[in-house]
Amino acid sequence: MSMDMLQIPDWSDLGGFLPEVVLFGAFLLALLGDLVARKRPVVPFAIALVGALTALVLAFVGLDAPERTILGGLVAVDGMAAFFRLLFALVAVVTMMISWASEEIMGRSRESKGEYYALIALMTGGMMVMAEARDLLMLYLSLELVSLSSYVMAGYMRNSLRATEASLKYVIFGAVSSGIMLYGLSLLYGLTGSLSYLGIRDALAAGAGDPLSLLTICVLLLAGLGYKIAMVPFHFWAPDVYEGAPTPVAAFFSVGPKAAGFALMVRFFYTVMQPAIDRVDWRLLIAVLSVATMTYANLVAVRQVNVKRLLAYSSIAHAGYLLMGFLMLTAEGLQAILFYLLVYALMNLGAFLFVVAINNSLKSEHLDDYAGLGFRSPWAAAMMTVFLFSLTGLPPTAGFIGKFYLFAAVMHEGWYWLAIVGVLNSVVSLFYYMKIARTMYFTKAPADAPAVPIAPLHYVTMVLLAAPTLLLGLYWGGFKALADRAIQHFTAL
Amino acid sequence: MADHLLSWMTFAPVVGAAVITGLPGRYKDLTKWIAAAATAVPLLLAVQLFLQFDRTTANMQFTEHYTWIKSFNIEYFLGVDGLSVPMVLLTALLSFLCIIASWRIDKAVKGYFSLFLLLEAGMMGVFCSLDFFLFYVFWEVMLLPMYFLIGIWGGPRKEYAAIKFFLYTLAGSVLMLLAMIAFYYNVKDPVTGGHTFNMLHMMDQANHGGILALSNVRFVIWMGLFIGFAIKVPVFPFHTWLPDAHVEAPTAVSVILAGVLLKMGTYGLLRISYPMLPDQAVGFMVPMAILGAINILYGAFCAMAQTDMKKLVAYSSVSHMGYVLLGMSAMNEAGINGAVLQMFNHGTITAMMFLCVGVIYDRAHHRDINGFGGLGLQLPVYTSVFSFALFAAVGLPGLSGFVSEAMVFIGAFPTHRTITIVSALGIVVGAAYVLWMLQRVFLGEKNAKYDSLPEISARELFTLVPIGIIVLVLGVYPMPVLDLMKVSLNHLIKVVAG
Repeated sequence: MSMDMLQIPDWSDLGGFLPEVVLFGAFLLALLGDLVARKRPVVPFAIALVGALTALVLAFVGLDAPERTILGGLVAVDGMAAFFRLLFALVAVVTMMISWASEEIMGRSRESKGEYYALIALMTGGMMVMAEARDLLMLYLSLELVSLSSYVMAGYMRNSLRATEASLKYVIFGAVSSGIMLYGLSLLYGLTGSLSYLGIRDALAAGAGDPLSLLTICVLLLAGLGYKIAMVPFHFWAPDVYEGAPTPVAAFFSVGPKAAGFALMVRFFYTVMQPAIDRVDWRLLIAVLSVATMTYANLVAVRQVNVKRLLAYSSIAHAGYLLMGFLMLTAEGLQAILFYLLVYALMNLGAFLFVVAINNSLKSEHLDDYAGLGFRSPWAAAMMTVFLFSLTGLPPTAGFIGKFYLFAAVMHEGWYWLAIVGVLNSVVSLFYYMKIARTMYFTKAPADAPAVPIAPLHYVTMVLLAAPTLLLGLYWGGFKALADRAIQHFTAL
Repeated sequence: MADHLLSWMTFAPVVGAAVITGLPGRYKDLTKWIAAAATAVPLLLAVQLFLQFDRTTANMQFTEHYTWIKSFNIEYFLGVDGLSVPMVLLTALLSFLCIIASWRIDKAVKGYFSLFLLLEAGMMGVFCSLDFFLFYVFWEVMLLPMYFLIGIWGGPRKEYAAIKFFLYTLAGSVLMLLAMIAFYYNVKDPVTGGHTFNMLHMMDQANHGGILALSNVRFVIWMGLFIGFAIKVPVFPFHTWLPDAHVEAPTAVSVILAGVLLKMGTYGLLRISYPMLPDQAVGFMVPMAILGAINILYGAFCAMAQTDMKKLVAYSSVSHMGYVLLGMSAMNEAGINGAVLQMFNHGTITAMMFLCVGVIYDRAHHRDINGFGGLGLQLPVYTSVFSFALFAAVGLPGLSGFVSEAMVFIGAFPTHRTITIVSALGIVVGAAYVLWMLQRVFLGEKNAKYDSLPEISARELFTLVPIGIIVLVLGVYPMPVLDLMKVSLNHLIKVVAG
């Protein structure tokens, strides 16, 4: 047991924990509101949205707060935590806006729509804690909090066979992976005798653990974390869940938990596992997984005809790109990851939002039904094209800048082969992203193709996502500074 | 305007595109006029550039230098020298004429013209950038409008052609991206000591360090850049996207593709590969000459086998770009000057040919060489214009193609004797496919089907005559263009070959 486990939590600690407190409060209030005003989903929606917006503001204000550990050393409130709070609050706000105008979520004759928004608030709070955990207990608790709420959200469409199947798959997969990870954590505890990151780090630095057991631990942990970020070979749930779950939920899953998984991985591996790198070079292991992830996902995505499924594979591929930056163990790599996650959130939410908006009027996610959308709904299709170009990583979009920083970090560390695999993967991804653009612009819509009205709220949200996707491709100095500052005091570096 | 001449040239089309995007779709004519105005601005500025350009120095001129992203030392750095000015002139001229040539587009007018303007901005930016990052951004930005221009307004196999073009070029440019990053980390800014994207610093070997000191690494980087540029040129065996893209693209887009885009490949080699990796350039002289010869002969033979006029012209581009490669491989004054002059001349001549093919396609709605015959009697004006272009392509003395091809051969002969002799056969084959097509289309029995084919219109002549005059003038007196580039290119030769 390290010393900081013995700190007594103090009420003033909650001051550093405000965004989470607000979100958890919003969760409870929204549930309550849902009970009181059962026929009026706007009440829980408003409560959850206000909660998320408040958390966003608090996260923004908290960017400059002094760094410290709170709750008896279980949670770190530092630059990186602040950065991820901002990201998650943003993702939550956007997801709620997407959901509110979505037929899938709101259009059914359901008794209650309120719990959905409550769950988003809860899950967002959980993701924030994932990014802040510095203790194995907190790590596992936050991970399970996020997982459990996501199982419910995946199965939100109770009457849909597809959704129920997806949810069940998700639960089984999640339970197995977290079980495996828990086993790894117990081994780690057994080796080092500490639950706190710093305690484990000191024990490892002092020479605890032989290469074989450390490798076993790494592999077991990666099973649990790989599942969260949808890394090959723990990705199998992702396409099915994304396809089965309501699209706004898929949008949320593809960004939120993935980023949270990366936040947790960064903090854990950079602080805890770094001293062990002389005994087990987990960097090579992750490099191989990264290549497998992006190559597999990109190749499979090429053959998809369901846009949601295609985007699911695309989000797996992006986990592969991010892993490249992760294994660099440099400030540059870390900055690149943070910047990329921010950009990825914008463009991926944007692409999913388009799918939601189209699904509202066409009731389809099949690629063939996208024919002629470039002319049937020119502005939305143009924005979708921006998102697709950005996902491919073409200038002048933010996606290019994100990829550029990733590749630059990889090249700087001398992992040339990894960089080459990475860029060639981008070329493959161009093919399937352009499949969507091609259908929208080059394929003629059938004569009886219905009109595609797009909800005003969706339009607004799309503009709010497309504008930064484009503008950050032209000037990204400020955003980059945000990512750079987030890791300025990151203890491990 | 005089202070930021190059910025104006690059961004005036962007402004035009923005205006067009904001315009309601029903103002079709206004859209076209705005597009014409937005391309006329760079053209007028290009004239000013031509007049004010100092021909006695190899230094960069009209430079604009600002910080863009401070933390990564990325700069907004524009400037031109004798290598870029001819390309800038070509871009400005062809873009303007292509807008005029596109006047009869009536499908999604707004989209077509705004994309076309973005394309011009991208091309202009590539030729003016002196910051590698900026160069790369412009290089890629150009792909997006091109993809849609081929894919939406193209011919029957447009989807295939568009994605093939996109994939090929992107595959090449990502290799360039990695090469660029390798340069960034291993070139020292002589002033600040930090990393830099400044191309001028990268050209100075004294700033090279790190892995750039290893000749194996330099070879790998050279190959990465070479493949990236070779796909654009296109050098055999990376050329297969070209016939598809050229054939399926609408006329004006083919003109830009052949007239300007292909030159970006050779421009990149001369602007980036040669001065930054001179040792590798010298080591690559023979392979380059061989590739040039293959391009010349292979392109010419392929052209001979075509029955589609546009495909014939497309393959003739492969052949003519081979001369550029051959001239570049010579690494001497006549060779390099000839190569760059050939880039300019091919840009003008091939533009004429594509425009002429477009004229007949608009009328007959097909391009099958064997489907015509005796058009000479029916369309005398058109016939003479097209024949003029074709003779220029053959390299008839008195027209501009002859001068540059002759310079290339004069330059290449002392360095690569056998290869040059073999390449010279390309001229014979070139004459064969051109004359054979001329004969089948314009001479012989008149095809009764085309009795009522209207003669070339004034608008179409307006797009062809200016280029024709340039071709003729440069054929007789090439000094206006040669003077522009001579000092810069001789400096380049000194840097590369010592």
